[in-house]
Amino acid sequence: MEKESQHIFDNPRNIKRLLRVFFALCAVLLLLDLVHHRHVIHAWEHLWGFYGIFGFVACVALVLIAKELRKVLMRPEDYYDAD
Amino acid sequence: MLTSLPPFALFFAGALVVALLRGWPRYALLLLIPVAGGLALLGVSEGTTVHVAILGYELTPYRVDRLSLLFGYLFHIAAFLAIVFSLHLRDTLQHVSGLLYAGSAIGAVFAGDLITLFVFWELLAVSSVFLIWARRTPRATNAGFRYLVIQVLSGLILLAGVLIHVSQTGSITFDYIGLDGPAASLIFLAFGIKAAFPLLHNWLTDAYPEATPTGTVFLCAFTTKVAVYALARGFPGTEILIYIGALMTCFPIFYAVIENDLRRVLGYSMINQIGFMVCGIGIGTALSINGAVSHAFNDVIFKGLLFMSMGAVLHVTGRIKGTDLGGLYKTMPLTTGFCIVGACSISAFPLFSGFVSKSMVMLAALDEGYHWVWLALLFASAGVFHHAGIKIPFFAFFARDSGLRAQEPPVNMLVAMALAAVLCVFIGSYPGVLYSLLPFPVEYEPYTSTHVIAQLQLLFFSALAFTWLKLTGLYPPELRSVNIDVEWVYRWLGPRIMRAARSLGSPVDDRMRTGVLKRIDTVIGALFRYHGPRGILARTWATGSMVLWVALLLWIYLLFYFAE
Repeated sequence: MEKESQHIFDNPRNIKRLLRVFFALCAVLLLLDLVHHRHVIHAWEHLWGFYGIFGFVACVALVLIAKELRKVLMRPEDYYDAD
Repeated sequence: MLTSLPPFALFFAGALVVALLRGWPRYALLLLIPVAGGLALLGVSEGTTVHVAILGYELTPYRVDRLSLLFGYLFHIAAFLAIVFSLHLRDTLQHVSGLLYAGSAIGAVFAGDLITLFVFWELLAVSSVFLIWARRTPRATNAGFRYLVIQVLSGLILLAGVLIHVSQTGSITFDYIGLDGPAASLIFLAFGIKAAFPLLHNWLTDAYPEATPTGTVFLCAFTTKVAVYALARGFPGTEILIYIGALMTCFPIFYAVIENDLRRVLGYSMINQIGFMVCGIGIGTALSINGAVSHAFNDVIFKGLLFMSMGAVLHVTGRIKGTDLGGLYKTMPLTTGFCIVGACSISAFPLFSGFVSKSMVMLAALDEGYHWVWLALLFASAGVFHHAGIKIPFFAFFARDSGLRAQEPPVNMLVAMALAAVLCVFIGSYPGVLYSLLPFPVEYEPYTSTHVIAQLQLLFFSALAFTWLKLTGLYPPELRSVNIDVEWVYRWLGPRIMRAARSLGSPVDDRMRTGVLKRIDTVIGALFRYHGPRGILARTWATGSMVLWVALLLWIYLLFYFAE
């Protein structure tokens, strides 16, 4: 059997590169808040980095709560098919 | 002539002919129907109405205004995309029911009166269930029955509401209804079932993942969007819709994070997106209604695209669970790309369609002082990126190497996905075209530096959260499982209550049965005595005596007749 060609994410270095670019973009976006003046309606929007921090906290909370919900909600795959 | 013909007629007549044709004439006609219908609709002017008098009611099967026209265009586009996506099928059942289903949705949005609306409301249910049954597995058959019962129930509730409404107001016109009185509540409930309100939502996540890969693409476009249209027409500015909508945006995303079946993840994500629309309708300002219907427009296309990409994966691999998939980008780069365009659109990245519509609803919530609702919508916006924007493409196409080396799907599937992807980017980049079709004049400008930067920050840091959770191993793994939802009541609890009732009632039942059986025995015994071989009534009688008896009967009858 011929050896399968290497794909882009088979090489861990490419993943590292991608992540580095991504982290840099996050940092740039956060720093933009220092120079960019927002036209806002809600007082919270004035807070420095509000959208970034909100997005991060919201998603971490979402995933961790959902993970806990598994304890209540999760059943075996054949739950409704059994008996 | 085509302009005064209600557009659904073309689909219904087309479905009949399609059923008779085979081979390329069928495919040509399938494609021609939405194209011809859509072109004809472009020539129709607002204010066109067609009246028909039936049974003393003046029905309006065709009413054109800005709102119905927008949904009319949308459903023609959606029907075309879904037909292209399902063109490789050699399945008359799916082709015909797909056309009938699309036609019913188009009929419903152009219905000018409540009775016509009811008829199409039920036709939607009956025509679409075949797209689920066409999977031809016992699971799909059962899911289809559950779907049908709930959909038909929605229709019956609508009928009850309409009948009371008509008897109270004397008008069958379908316009603003407003939530007061029992009639309006029933109609509201019927709309709510089809719009997947919380607790009434489970039919969607139960049935859509069980339909055929192509069937789900049809299903996701029509039923819920007809309900959104009906709410926008009948209940704009109804405050409770704001809270219902906000709830709809939030609770399904928790399910979406832990769900393993990727099409069910999209089902939960659909409820989340409909939540934005319902919320916008509830706020009821020009900005929020524009936001709601434009988001419905965009959602049909980007959710269709996401369901297409997952349908393609299911079609070529036969699998759709996160635990079975991964690494498909290697052999399916085009499908991967299209899926990512859909993911960017639903997540509302700048230059993609979600960006230009969802923010109208959020801005309206802030403008009208619903700050907590705005925060909920913001939470849901971050969450939707998390589960639909990242989870879907990540677990299907990247994550780990599942060893699957599936090739790209048939070319018609790729073409349909490409068209939908182009539409997503086009609407996101040139929102003016969509804005010009909205019910109210648009003063909203999506591309301000504030909006673009805020949205990018929200999305990038949501992605950062995913990355961080993944790298630290805190992210919950995909597991083979089901998560219980409202359906537990009728799929688990209900059958058990029935069984318990049966075992409790069986002694009583036994006694009653033996009692009845004994009585039947007595009756049979008596019958045997008189009609049996030796029975008095079973003897061969002479013709003469028969005639005598008949004459006697006639005579008695005559006597009664004259006595009257």
